[in-house]
Amino acid sequence: MDELKEIIKNYVIKEYLEPDSDPIDYDTPLISGGIVDSFSMVSLKRFLENKYNIQIPDDQATPEAFDSVNKIADLVRRFVKV
Amino acid sequence: MAFPDSVRELYQAQLKALQEGGLFKEERFIHSPQAADIEVEFPAGSSLKKVINMCANNYLGLSSHPEVIKAAHEGLETRGFGMSSVRFICGTQDIHKELEKKMTEFLGTEDTILFPSCMDANAGVFEAILTKDDVIISDRLVHASLIDGIRLCSAMHDTFKHSDMEHLEEKLQMYQDKRLRLVVTDGVFSMDGDTAKLDKMVELCEKYNAMLLVDDSHATGFIGKTGRGTHEKYGVMGKIDIITTTFGKALGGATGGCVSGRREIVEMCRQRARPYLFSNTIAPVIIVGILKVLEILSATTERRDKLEKNTEYWRKGLTEAGFILKEGDTPIVPVMLFNARLAQEFSRALYEEGIYAIGFFFPVVPQGQARIRTQISAAHEIHHLDKALEAFIKVGKKFDILHKTKQEIIARYGM
Repeated sequence: MDELKEIIKNYVIKEYLEPDSDPIDYDTPLISGGIVDSFSMVSLKRFLENKYNIQIPDDQATPEAFDSVNKIADLVRRFVKV
Repeated sequence: MAFPDSVRELYQAQLKALQEGGLFKEERFIHSPQAADIEVEFPAGSSLKKVINMCANNYLGLSSHPEVIKAAHEGLETRGFGMSSVRFICGTQDIHKELEKKMTEFLGTEDTILFPSCMDANAGVFEAILTKDDVIISDRLVHASLIDGIRLCSAMHDTFKHSDMEHLEEKLQMYQDKRLRLVVTDGVFSMDGDTAKLDKMVELCEKYNAMLLVDDSHATGFIGKTGRGTHEKYGVMGKIDIITTTFGKALGGATGGCVSGRREIVEMCRQRARPYLFSNTIAPVIIVGILKVLEILSATTERRDKLEKNTEYWRKGLTEAGFILKEGDTPIVPVMLFNARLAQEFSRALYEEGIYAIGFFFPVVPQGQARIRTQISAAHEIHHLDKALEAFIKVGKKFDILHKTKQEIIARYGM
């Protein structure tokens, strides 16, 4: 179980999906699949920045980089100090 | 040549993809003035067909009202055809100022500025008043013109779930570090016909020190006891910081829009809103027509009362016939069909029966939420609604969707 991916997935479900939405997995295209609009990703970015105490520059917070749980997790890992 | 075959083919391929995806929009040519009964040429080149219009924004039936037409004629004679100028050079007549004053009184605000359209009002207002230090928090179903305006401004933008006040409160708490917070909503949502909970929103905005912007384009003139808009319905007149609205729907349906609200906001728009500064003033003939509309509406609530009765009659008829409707009490009455192709075929079958109502599907509404959006007017008489109902029932039977659940319709036609 990848904890970071689960945290992201759970946030996406709570923040963006409706009770009758289809389930998502780590590779479900979120923005290009029409599940989430790119504007709304701002709150996920802010959530991750606060939770991991990081800053994701706007030029890297692209719709492509936020298009699936896997891609978002990859992006976060670039900034989290291990 | 700057338009070689390769470029032409590029666009041809894109247009073909729209056609193949069932997303290509075709216009129907109307040969009569806007009204409940219209004459339509569709498809292009075919003979004229008399149909009942069930999809106009002509909520109060004022688009072709004889008094409005007469006033416009007089305006044409006394103020001319065009001004050939933006407002701040030499495009402001006394009547433009008069309309701004009348709209301020009608909406119960501090001041008003006219725009060539409400699309322009929404395109200009955000950039004029916000910076990168601010945040906009909008309902997820706001109109496309608000989204475009928000995109043009440097403020951060986040959203809240449609009409979910708990979610809005979370977002307001989250952004307390921002210099300014602006909450944005439609008054009446154009695709679903439901209304924003403005009483709750005002309360939250006061609690968390946020401004509130309401696009009341589908409300001004008929929502609320005297038709002032959604803010009247929810008892919060004077408490909405910014109202944007249109003259292109209930208020005569010609063209134009405005930003109305706090004096300083309006003045900032006058100084900075680009669609105001760099676009032509509204033609005098239009202004005079709208002034007459406001005079008619201020004298009596007869038309909005009739609209309310018509809406109740229409909703009741469709519900009893076994259609699935979106809940609401506005003249926007969406008949849910869920499947895009079914919505298109249903619309075509209605047209055969003499009823003009359009199917809406993704991306205009969410995937699996296709529908026929019907819009009721004070121009409709009961016989129009009865005939339309008869046609809906006939077509509903043909497609076997009456008294069926959402699941049953989807099982048969797909999402």
